[in-house]
Order: sequence, then C-alpha cells, then structure tokens
Amino acid sequence: MDPILQVKAVSKHFGGFTALSDVSIDIAPGERFGLIGPNGSGKTTLINCISGALRNDGGSIRFEGVEVSGLAAYKRTRRGIARSFQIPRPFHSMSVLENLLVPYEYVVHLKESDAEKQAMDILAKIGLAEKAHAQSNQLSQVELRKLELARAMAAKPRLLISDEAMAGLSGSEVDEVLKILFDLNASGITVIMIEHIMQAVMRFSQRVVCLDAGKIICEGTPASIVANPDVQRAYLGA
Amino acid sequence: MKYWISAAVILALALGVALSRINEYFFFAGFVVLTFVVLATAWNILGGYAGYVNFGTAAFFGLGAYSATVLFKWQGAPLAVQIAGGALVCALLGFGVGLLTLRLRGIFFAIATVAVIFICETLMVNWRYVGGATGLQLLRPEVLAPFETYTRMLFVVMALLAVAAVSTARYIQTSWIGRGLRAIRDSEEAAEGSGVPTLKLKLFACTVSGALMGAAGAPWPMYLSFIEPASSFNLTYSVSALAMPMIGGTGHWIGPVIGALLLGSVQQIVTVTISNEINVLVVGVLLVLFVVLAPDGVVGLFRKWTRYFK
Repeated sequence: MDPILQVKAVSKHFGGFTALSDVSIDIAPGERFGLIGPNGSGKTTLINCISGALRNDGGSIRFEGVEVSGLAAYKRTRRGIARSFQIPRPFHSMSVLENLLVPYEYVVHLKESDAEKQAMDILAKIGLAEKAHAQSNQLSQVELRKLELARAMAAKPRLLISDEAMAGLSGSEVDEVLKILFDLNASGITVIMIEHIMQAVMRFSQRVVCLDAGKIICEGTPASIVANPDVQRAYLGA
Repeated sequence: MKYWISAAVILALALGVALSRINEYFFFAGFVVLTFVVLATAWNILGGYAGYVNFGTAAFFGLGAYSATVLFKWQGAPLAVQIAGGALVCALLGFGVGLLTLRLRGIFFAIATVAVIFICETLMVNWRYVGGATGLQLLRPEVLAPFETYTRMLFVVMALLAVAAVSTARYIQTSWIGRGLRAIRDSEEAAEGSGVPTLKLKLFACTVSGALMGAAGAPWPMYLSFIEPASSFNLTYSVSALAMPMIGGTGHWIGPVIGALLLGSVQQIVTVTISNEINVLVVGVLLVLFVVLAPDGVVGLFRKWTRYFK
C-alpha cells in the first residue's frame, strides 16, 4: 500500500543550528506511529514541518501522494492533516463547543446547527460533553488536552499528530487519553504520537522512530527500540 | 431586524435634528463625536476582534483627509467621491499594513503602525500641491438642499458613515469571519491548525478597518475648510481610537460605539468648559481606570451586572 505520509530527506536549520538533517519516514495508512527522542532532538520541529507551522529547508513531504511542503498550514489541515499542540492552545475567549465550531466552519464547511450536533458527538466520545458550554480558560489540564484532541478531530483528519498529549498527566489520565487515541485509530485515522512517557508510546505504537540531534538514530518495533544501545545512549548519556 | 429598525430610526433622527432649529454648535461638536464612532468601530475590527493593536489610526485618518483634498483640488470632486476616494486609498494602505502582520505581532506590530503615521505625515509636509507644512485653505462648495448649512449636512453624512461602519463591524462579528478573527486573537497557530486562513483574514480585517478610517477622515477638510499635516496626523486620533473600544468593550460591536459616544462627548464638554489640553488627560485617566477596574469595558460591566441580578 502507498504510504499516507512520505517524508523524504527533510532538513531544517535555524540560523547555524541544524534542527533536522536528512530525515526520511514513510507512514502507512492506519498506522500507529510513535516518535520519540530526548529534549531538543527535533520531534516538534519535524511535526511543525509536516503540519505547516514551519517550512522545511530541503527535502519533500508528500501527503496522500501530493507534495504539501509548500502549502500554508491551514491548507494542510483542509487536506486532512490535523495536530494537537504540546502546550494546549485553546481559543480561550470561546466555549469548549465553539472551539470545535472553528474547524467545522473552516474545514468541513458545515451549517452551524449541524456542526453543533457533530461537535457534541465528539465531545461525548471524548468525555467533555458536560463541559461543552464552559469557557475554555476554566478547564483543567487533562480537559485542555482532551480539547486539543477534540478540536483536531473536528477537522475530520485522516492523519492526526498528537504532540505530547499526555505530558504532565496522572496515570489514570494517561490511560484515558490513550484510549481516545486507540479509538480514533480504530476508526481509520492514522496517528503519529510524540511522547515522553515511554510506557504510553510503547503500548500504543506499532512502529517507533527515535530522533537524536535532528537525525533518525533507529527505527523498529517498540521492543527493539528499547533494547537498542543507541537509544539508550541518547537518553541516558554514554 | 431590530438592529436595522434602530439604525433607520437613528438616521431619521439625525436628519430630523439637522433640519430643525437647534444651535449650530451642536452639529459642530456632534460631527466630531460621530467621527470617533467611525474611527473606534474601524479600529475594533482589527484591534478588538483579531487582537492586532493598530496605533496608526492617525495615518489612515490623515491620508483619508488628504485624498479628499487632492480629489477636491484636482477635479472639484463632490463629497461622496471624496469619501470614496479616501476609503479606497486607505484600504490600500490597510492592505499594506496587513502584510506587516506576516512578521510582526504584538507590540512590534503596534510600533510599526506608529511609523506609518510619520511616513505619511512627512510625505504630506513635503508635497507642495497640498500646501506642504503650511496647509491649504479650501473653499466649501454650495450646500445641498434641504440643508441650511454645510456643517449640518456633514453631520448627517457622518451619521450615515457611522451606521455603515457599525453595520460592517456587526456583520463581521456575527459571521464566520468574526469567529476566525477571534481564533486568530486567541492563538494564531491553533487557528491555522483549525483551517483558518489567518493571513487572508488579517488582510481582510486590515483593509476594511483602513477603508473605514479613511472614510472618516475624508470629510474633515470640508468640515474645517482647511487642511494641514500636524493636526491631520495627530497622535490623539490613534490614542482615542484605541481608548474608546477599550472603555466601551472590544468584544462586541456596540462597545466602540458606547466608548466613542461617552469619551467623545466628555472630550467636547471638557474642551469647552476647561481646556483643549486637558482632553488627553481625560482619555488617559479613563483608560487607566477602565483597564484596571473593568477590563472588558462598559459591555463587560453590563454583562456582569445582568448576570449578578438575574
């Protein structure tokens, strides 16, 4: 099967600093893909390049066979790439429900009444239904993470990038978010998970890539990654 | 519907008053207050909805006035054409300022817009055709029937512009554009990620806001029968256009209207009873009071009270 996302020889520099060099990844449709690496290894830079928040300097990014690396971020969202943010960025002047109406209005182009109904469905699925009319700046940390995911889902993506959706959550909360991501994947959405919580990534992913200093140092099943000496060195230091 | 009826009533009222025997001074002052309704409403489209603080209102206002002057001197254009010309020129300037939002946010955007004032003012000071630094005396044409004096007519024209500006702002606020602009204000990255074409919306807001400011400035040369750079590009226009929505409330279209009517009227009263110089002080004190005590303006206070007494 053709990959849904094809990252080929992508590089990104900030001034003299090389954040990504020659990164290539293929992701299959429906895959659960894990991206790990120590702090500053380029994980978020890579997904910023994929989602369009940053432009890659070299290489190509193809989504469903179409080159997207020149497209503005909103166009990539409309094509089917959605993301959640590492630090939640809710539309804080809006209610939870209204947050979801933004992608419904701008990506799916639904009438407001239909959009509200579908948004409520998503909120029910994700466990935020009773908070639908709460102001989004009054949510707890885990609720904010869920809102990030809910808003990304409202854009009806075929590829969802979850950027540390579980950082700072308690054990049971991690399980909750993990279940949401599993359910999403079961409904046919390809998921890229970026995570520091090893247990979560290892449980979730079918395949894991480890970045270090902007390079892929290894790729494989969760078990093989944990056993890899390069990964251990990157995380623990030599 | 209720809105359009009120708008029609207000316009009819303005026309009725203008045809009555009320003292000329009322129109002289009322014109200024209405100008500020337009400026504050226009400012709010970009500053309030999208969160980009434009400090360059004076540039748009002054350029609108000068565009009208040029059209008048060159072709003897009628007032409606002068206003359209001012709006068009300032829409273009607005588009240009909108391009600045590509790279500049927050305080840096605000500073860049201040620079636009100085650029425009310097250009006009050095342009002989419009009188340079000494300015230009303008002879008003004959007033149109049924108005008795030119000032009365200008008052009605500015009332029309105010209703047009408020209607535009109201449409933007309640449409899909408004939700997109609010998303931009809350988080530009998340807005992009939710499919909002942020650059297009910002350019749209800048252009519309600029056009309205230019339209507000265009009748001023006729109002004063005179134009001159220092007062046309005066920074107090920028300060007032920013302070009025803050005081009225930036989230709702009625906010800038309340702020402009309130502050504009107080300024007129202070000018007559105390001194023109105290004006700026009044604006400053009120702004500080509101920012500290009622950050959501009069509209926010009103909402809080209605919730409290319900």
